[in-house]
Amino acid sequence: MKVLVVDDETDVQVLFEQRFRREIRGGEINFAFAHSGEKALAYLNEHASECVLILSDINMPGMSGLELLRLIKTTYPVPPPVVMMITAYGDADSYDQAMQLGADAFLTKPLDFTNLKEKLKTVL
Amino acid sequence: MEIASFLIVFFMVRYIRNSLQTAQQFPEWDRILVIVQYAASGLLAAEIFLDTDFTKWIWHLILLGMVGAAYLLKDFRPVRNLWLAVGPYILISLFSDIVALIDKETYKSIKDIIDIAQIFALVWLIATWVSSQKQQKALEKERLKRLQEEEQSRIIAGQNVMLEQLVAERTAELTRQKEELEQTLTELKTTQDQLIQREKMASLGELTAGIAHEIQNPLNFVNNFSEVSVELIEELKEERKREDRDLELEDEILGDIAQNLQKITHHGKRADSIVKGMLQHSRASTPQQEPTDLNNLADEYLRLAYHGLRANDKSFNATLVMDFDDKLGLVSVVPQDMGRVLLNLFTNAFYATEEKRKTGLEGYQPRVQVSTKRTEDHHIEIRVRDNGCGIPQSVLNKIYQPFFTTKPTGQGTGLGLSLSYDIVTKGHQGELTVDTEEGKFTEFIIRLPT
Repeated sequence: MKVLVVDDETDVQVLFEQRFRREIRGGEINFAFAHSGEKALAYLNEHASECVLILSDINMPGMSGLELLRLIKTTYPVPPPVVMMITAYGDADSYDQAMQLGADAFLTKPLDFTNLKEKLKTVL
Repeated sequence: MEIASFLIVFFMVRYIRNSLQTAQQFPEWDRILVIVQYAASGLLAAEIFLDTDFTKWIWHLILLGMVGAAYLLKDFRPVRNLWLAVGPYILISLFSDIVALIDKETYKSIKDIIDIAQIFALVWLIATWVSSQKQQKALEKERLKRLQEEEQSRIIAGQNVMLEQLVAERTAELTRQKEELEQTLTELKTTQDQLIQREKMASLGELTAGIAHEIQNPLNFVNNFSEVSVELIEELKEERKREDRDLELEDEILGDIAQNLQKITHHGKRADSIVKGMLQHSRASTPQQEPTDLNNLADEYLRLAYHGLRANDKSFNATLVMDFDDKLGLVSVVPQDMGRVLLNLFTNAFYATEEKRKTGLEGYQPRVQVSTKRTEDHHIEIRVRDNGCGIPQSVLNKIYQPFFTTKPTGQGTGLGLSLSYDIVTKGHQGELTVDTEEGKFTEFIIRLPT
């Protein structure tokens, strides 16, 4: 399973690689990283239908996570991948908007990795 | 001839009494003069009735006495020149009487000459008297004039006193007004300081949400990296208990732990610098210039401004473009002051894009760009550009005026750009210029000397 993580913070990559080191070593999960919405789209275009799950931050400069979500859900070939949104602001507005645009889950920062692992497992 | 003597005595007494004002000045002398007058009248009467010749000697005595008294006595000084008028007559008549007494023959031979001389002496006397009267009148006139002048100068002196008083009053009034103005000035300065501090706090308010976001991120990393490091250590312990230890894996884990600790330090410092920046931003004192990484400062404040606005308005978004000159080096500025300028320019830029977005323009992508550059003429240029609503020409010359704002009441202090202008021009000897086109873009350019 391939997971694309979208976040403008570059250290997220190191963090995910260590948090999921057992899963990565076991070959259960593969991670790809993009540091902006635009880069995420470019990655998805190059690696069509490779990713089954996208984890995206909402609050990014340039294309926001919500915009990325909308584009994925409306333009990506069927079936669209699972998209989980992450935000530092756990506000109702963002939540409603994300759900309306078809987000599969809504997570708040700081991420609870145990919870996230379980969620990923249920998706798998 | 005795009539003449009488008349001379009579007028002399009158003259002395009038010109010396003896009735008031010298009552004693006045009495004596009156007695002399009566005596002269008595003598004249006696002469007529007794038909005697002897009285002429008494006339001589009276005349000589009077002239002598007038000449010698101190009290009679103003009339001492009486002898000039009367002297010739007295001398001639005395001479004629003495000659007549001694030698009648000689007297007869010179009688005509003496008579003529006597007439001349009388004419002289009258002429002198007339001229003296004239002089007297002139003197009197002079005296009156002097009195008038004295009166006038007295009036002027009075007026002077009044003027002095007026001047003193006016001076006091002016001093009071000056003191009032000085006090007002002090009050204004205090108010200005307070307003500047308020503006700082207002912009701090705008920052708070951005700061919260900017601190939350590094804190999350600190927590996550420490948690994951604990996990890694557990894993390492487990690995070391095993019979077939994978030394390569152990090395990898150790390397990761070391890397994580570095990450923890890095993000801890990041949060630290944000808090320090926030404290600096709200400080009231005027701090020193220090070598500053303007790229870093611009980056930091652009993020703070962006997240600050994002926190207040979730629908807000913009593309942030940073184009930093690597060769910028450290520039000597007051970091918190320059930070405030940048924050203000960024907030304005975001506000402008938001205003344009609200007009419902199709396909509009808000964009705020900050770029730094070291120019060929050794200046540092920081450009803050947005593709927002632009500034209308009509208000372009007012944007640096204190309290001028286009924002709705209560949303802007109108001090942001005015303070920014002061900080750049007065605080750093730089220039703050603007390039704009209504509906298209606005670009603020900070030029600093190096």
